[in-house]
Amino acid sequence: MNRLVSMTVNGEARELAVAPNRTLLDALRNEGSLTGTKKGCDVGDCGACTVIMDGRPVNACLVLAIEAEGATIETIEGLQPSYDQPHLLQQKFMEHGGAQCGFCTPGIIMMAKALLDENPDPSEDEIRFALAGNICRCTGYTKIIDAVRATAEELRKAGTL
Amino acid sequence: MKPFEYYEPASLAEASDLLRRLGKDASIIAGGTDLLVEMKEELRSVLHVVNIKKIPNLRNFTYDPAAGLRFGALVTVREVETSPHVIGNYPNLAKAVSLLGSVQVRNRATIVGNICRASPSADTIPPLIADGASLSVYDGGADRTILLEDFFTGPGRTVLSPGDIVTGISLPAPGPTSGRAYIKHGRRKAMELATVGVAVSIEHVAGQCSDVRIALGAVAPTVIRARRTEDLLRGRRIDAALLAEAAESAMQEATPIGNVRASAAYRRDMVGVLTRRAIGYAMGGAR
Repeated sequence: MNRLVSMTVNGEARELAVAPNRTLLDALRNEGSLTGTKKGCDVGDCGACTVIMDGRPVNACLVLAIEAEGATIETIEGLQPSYDQPHLLQQKFMEHGGAQCGFCTPGIIMMAKALLDENPDPSEDEIRFALAGNICRCTGYTKIIDAVRATAEELRKAGTL
Repeated sequence: MKPFEYYEPASLAEASDLLRRLGKDASIIAGGTDLLVEMKEELRSVLHVVNIKKIPNLRNFTYDPAAGLRFGALVTVREVETSPHVIGNYPNLAKAVSLLGSVQVRNRATIVGNICRASPSADTIPPLIADGASLSVYDGGADRTILLEDFFTGPGRTVLSPGDIVTGISLPAPGPTSGRAYIKHGRRKAMELATVGVAVSIEHVAGQCSDVRIALGAVAPTVIRARRTEDLLRGRRIDAALLAEAAESAMQEATPIGNVRASAAYRRDMVGVLTRRAIGYAMGGAR
């Protein structure tokens, strides 16, 4: 039987009707119509479904939607400050060629955002450690790491952190 | 994932009653990072899921230099990984938990959940056994305490009965002369299950071992203590010859199987190498 689950998604109060066996990932993509969060492996190995839940990055495929009652969820759709302006991380991923097919990109960008929120000046090792749960099968990781480092540098210069 | 009935008991008593009544078809969900995978892949049939996150007082986390570390069943792996008390006093545990899954998984997964899953290759278990951890278990009556090394009865199996709930874990405070290390051996650095895991907690003064616990992961049906190897070391001065003897002894105590990750012979060899190394690290040797 479906239950109504209330959560804040990208700053907006949402109420989604879900069965207990619905994952947060499926609820966001289907009932929530937010398909930016990707479904890769669906068992917590690939990180494509990474969203930020109450300030912490999690695999949305390993959270039951009913467990998100009262939670604050951030997804890739909520990242852009406005429709025609990408988030700095998105900008840097474009500049550095940090995406090829792009399927893993929303998860990687959400994980990178969570990292920079917590640690504005990460070393390359810290970036690699944070992104260990995000798999990219086409572009390789060097450009992704470059993009995250460039974002951190620019944020530091702008003094917005 | 197949449909299931979902419950959110508000107290331990309610949860315990529920679990006892529902029996084998019910499972507790805490982090869910193992349970949901097993349910999706239909490795386990679960008709009733009992979420314990609404139960108060299972998120406590305390450290006291005399009493040691104590934390509740809902404390996540990531909380333990980033705790300055754990990093400072239980470096072996800090290391082991930082190697479990990914940051995303560690933000949901709980230490107690990883323990109750009872995998022979669980990262959290060897350092906790080496440190002398014990579990508090609620069964409807007074809490009982179970030494972690007595908790497992086989792969995926523990001494718990339906209705038993592990409420928390405690570790004694490290002694002034203790050294600790955990080494995980795998084919890659991240997102890996241990091929072999070795944890050593040793009390030593001027190279002399007064007490030691060695726990071996992924080389027996449960994580085991290498007791004969510990006996060999206790009261003796640790030198290269004794380390070689200890490595040989630990290899004899392991009873590994061969599987997709490594052959039995390779695992046994690695027990020797890693035991020698882990004792060295725990004694303060260079990494």
